Amino acid sequence: MIKPGKMVREVLKSLFLKPATILYPYVHVQMPDRFRGKIKFISSRCIGCKLCMRDCPTNAITITKVGDKQFQAEFDLDKCVYCAQCVDTCPKKALEATVEFELAQLKRGKLKVTFHAEPMPSAAPAAIAESAATSHPAAGA
Amino acid sequence: MANIKIPIGPQHPALKEPESFSITLNGETIISMDMRLGYNHRGIEKACEERTYIQAMYLVERVCGICSHSHSTCFIQAVEEIAGLAVPPRALYIRTIVSELERMHSHLLWLGVAGHEIGFDTLLMYSWRDREVVMDTLAALTGNRVNYGINTFGGVRRDISKEQLDGLLKTMDVLEERTKYYIEVASQEMTLIKRLSGVGYLSHEDAVKLGAVGPTGRASNVDADVRRDDPYLAYKDIEFKVITDTHNDVFGRTLVRVGELMQSYSMIRQLVAKIPEGPVTVKAPRKMPAGEALSRYEAPRGEDVHYVKANGTDKAERVKIRAPTLANLQSVAKMMENNRLADVPIIIAAIDPCFSCTDRMVQIKHADHGRQETLSWQALHAQSLEWYRKQGVDFADLNAKMSRRMKI
Amino acid sequence: MILSLFNLLIFPGFLFLSLFGLAMEFVDRKLYARMQNRIGPPWFQPFADFIKLAAKEEIIPEEADPVMFRLMPVFALTAVVTAFFYIPLWGTHSLFAFNGDLIVVIYLLTLPTLAFFLAGWHSTSLFAMIGATRTLTQLFAYEVPLFMAVLAPALLAGTWSLSEMTVFYQVHPAYAGFNIIGFIVALIAIQGKLERVPFDIPEAETEIVGGTFTEYSGRLLAMFRMAIDIEAVVCASLVAAVFLPFGFGLGPAWGFVIYVFKVLIIIALLALLRTVLARLRIEQMTIFCWKVVAPAALLQLLINLILSGVL
Repeated sequence: MIKPGKMVREVLKSLFLKPATILYPYVHVQMPDRFRGKIKFISSRCIGCKLCMRDCPTNAITITKVGDKQFQAEFDLDKCVYCAQCVDTCPKKALEATVEFELAQLKRGKLKVTFHAEPMPSAAPAAIAESAATSHPAAGA
Repeated sequence: MANIKIPIGPQHPALKEPESFSITLNGETIISMDMRLGYNHRGIEKACEERTYIQAMYLVERVCGICSHSHSTCFIQAVEEIAGLAVPPRALYIRTIVSELERMHSHLLWLGVAGHEIGFDTLLMYSWRDREVVMDTLAALTGNRVNYGINTFGGVRRDISKEQLDGLLKTMDVLEERTKYYIEVASQEMTLIKRLSGVGYLSHEDAVKLGAVGPTGRASNVDADVRRDDPYLAYKDIEFKVITDTHNDVFGRTLVRVGELMQSYSMIRQLVAKIPEGPVTVKAPRKMPAGEALSRYEAPRGEDVHYVKANGTDKAERVKIRAPTLANLQSVAKMMENNRLADVPIIIAAIDPCFSCTDRMVQIKHADHGRQETLSWQALHAQSLEWYRKQGVDFADLNAKMSRRMKI
Repeated sequence: MILSLFNLLIFPGFLFLSLFGLAMEFVDRKLYARMQNRIGPPWFQPFADFIKLAAKEEIIPEEADPVMFRLMPVFALTAVVTAFFYIPLWGTHSLFAFNGDLIVVIYLLTLPTLAFFLAGWHSTSLFAMIGATRTLTQLFAYEVPLFMAVLAPALLAGTWSLSEMTVFYQVHPAYAGFNIIGFIVALIAIQGKLERVPFDIPEAETEIVGGTFTEYSGRLLAMFRMAIDIEAVVCASLVAAVFLPFGFGLGPAWGFVIYVFKVLIIIALLALLRTVLARLRIEQMTIFCWKVVAPAALLQLLINLILSGVL
């Protein structure tokens, strides 16, 4: 039957339901495990083939040689489109996608992230990536 | 009352993208409409020629924010045809699953937008809440909510696990129940029917003549669907009905879209039941052999066409994209006839337009001598500065002024 | 003299009304959100919106008539606040009662709509002018049913004074039950008066941007918004006084609680209306008002006419 107010029952029911929205950013949002967020670089695995630079659709990656078999990566997060093609391309799995997605910054300079080469190849890769992202040149020296 | 001309756009609350409609009104009744495209040209086709195939794939995926999988699959199909790649069946099934999920989120989005355009925000909030279920599923399956990036040459980048497939079936049950409710609302709520039926009439003959595609055409009883007429991906393995309607108006377009949602749920169930085991990708070359291919794809908004010409290098020589909105835009002017100002937003929204997908190049025809000319960016910039100077505003050193002010 | 000033400016005058109006705006928005399964705004949102708007720069279009442009918000605000003083709230007597104040209240409530029209017209912008003509077209559709609906209970009570009406229904509380059709008609008409869905045609944002208020900004817009908030409260109070004349004899404290409760119920009903309906077109709106709402109001008048003879 065609009549106005078809949704009355539904909206009154909703009045007592838990809201579907959340108070973001006060409530943290967790992305699924396979989410393609900010890219992480693990310097110890890099062999400097620079295939990631070639495949990157936006030229957001720069890999530079800083020493013997030592490479550092520079990411332009404002250029990156988070397609994670570099992760697929990398033959040595030196790049990984994280679930981090809250990347907005007030200053453009902060969107340039440098992952410095680790001084000793034996150090734990994860720890290096963390300290390296702070862009402190003497990290772990 | 004298005729008045009102501008809808380029900036207007009813439009989500810049496009200009100039509407001549007599009171509230529309006399005629003039349309100007070209506010959103991004030069994607040209940019594709400058990039390798892999880079171009991600660029093509970003032609449209809603039907990103449609464009990327359509492009990839063409390139795979040129390269003669045999894509594994499991990869085809995964692509089809993502493609139908995309249709769901697009149609649910449209339902909400349509509700908003006629001032029915409750429908917007509900359908977008339910759309969120699809978005979360897509994020879990592919790794992102909008630009899924699931495709790669020769297959897909990610496999779908058994648990995910089971989860998918449960999601379909939830969505089906919600969609049944929307069908009920759409066919029973009086104010909704009053605002939708009889609005934006497009007869079957006009729809054929103006080449309307997708739900816009099918609501005028144009029985065409690439999925059935020219099966691609895994569509030949599954059964589905092509929803058509004879209302010929916005109400019909709503029914077609909601009906297609129900079809998509049944398709996903069949795909999950039939998905074969096996690899999801074959190795693809970086350089594609010379050749050309045309690929068709039924995007949520209608038939999407991509043409690719390869010349044996790792870059395409020419890429041509015909987004479905371009085919449907012609019919908007026809639909506007004999309607009222209040119907303008819903008529435009009813073709589910995607203007930035459609915009290609601007060619300016001079009113006085009829010659065509193409303006370069510099010329356009200089012309705009000159125009404003005549109005008494000097923008020439605006950047310098602004930077000086920012420092202080 | 000082008491009168206090009454006019502080309680139950301008200050109380502003705060009450903003609070009711919050109730309306929160209910709207919760019915749509959203969280909705925090309690201070309408206050924050008002303060923010009031602090912003006001821009007057060059082509607009600056005097009328500035005057109209003040005019609308004054009219609604004035109307409030003639409505019995928590006692059977309003602040300034006289015989015939019912008519004055209804006319005072028409003034803001006229102010919206003039404001839109003098903005000289296309969208504002279309909004203005729509405002006026709509006014003719809902105003007559509203008049008839509100006059019907007065007919039964045999007086044109709101205060005397409440006294009458205080003596015969069961008689209020006869006015149920009028109550529904009044709710629908008020939805039109407040320009809310399904009758928000004059400011339909997807069609004509901001409608009448397209060119308004800053303090002037804040004043208009405040006028609309207060108008909602005044209309709700009027409907409460005319159609829900209960609980006046319990003293000021209980009377006040019951009054707030009644206003809350009416605001909730209005919020429900705008949640479940889509916006109508202007011609659909006028047809609906003249073919359905006006006959219903006439029926109410007829019933009360017969009843006043019988009882």
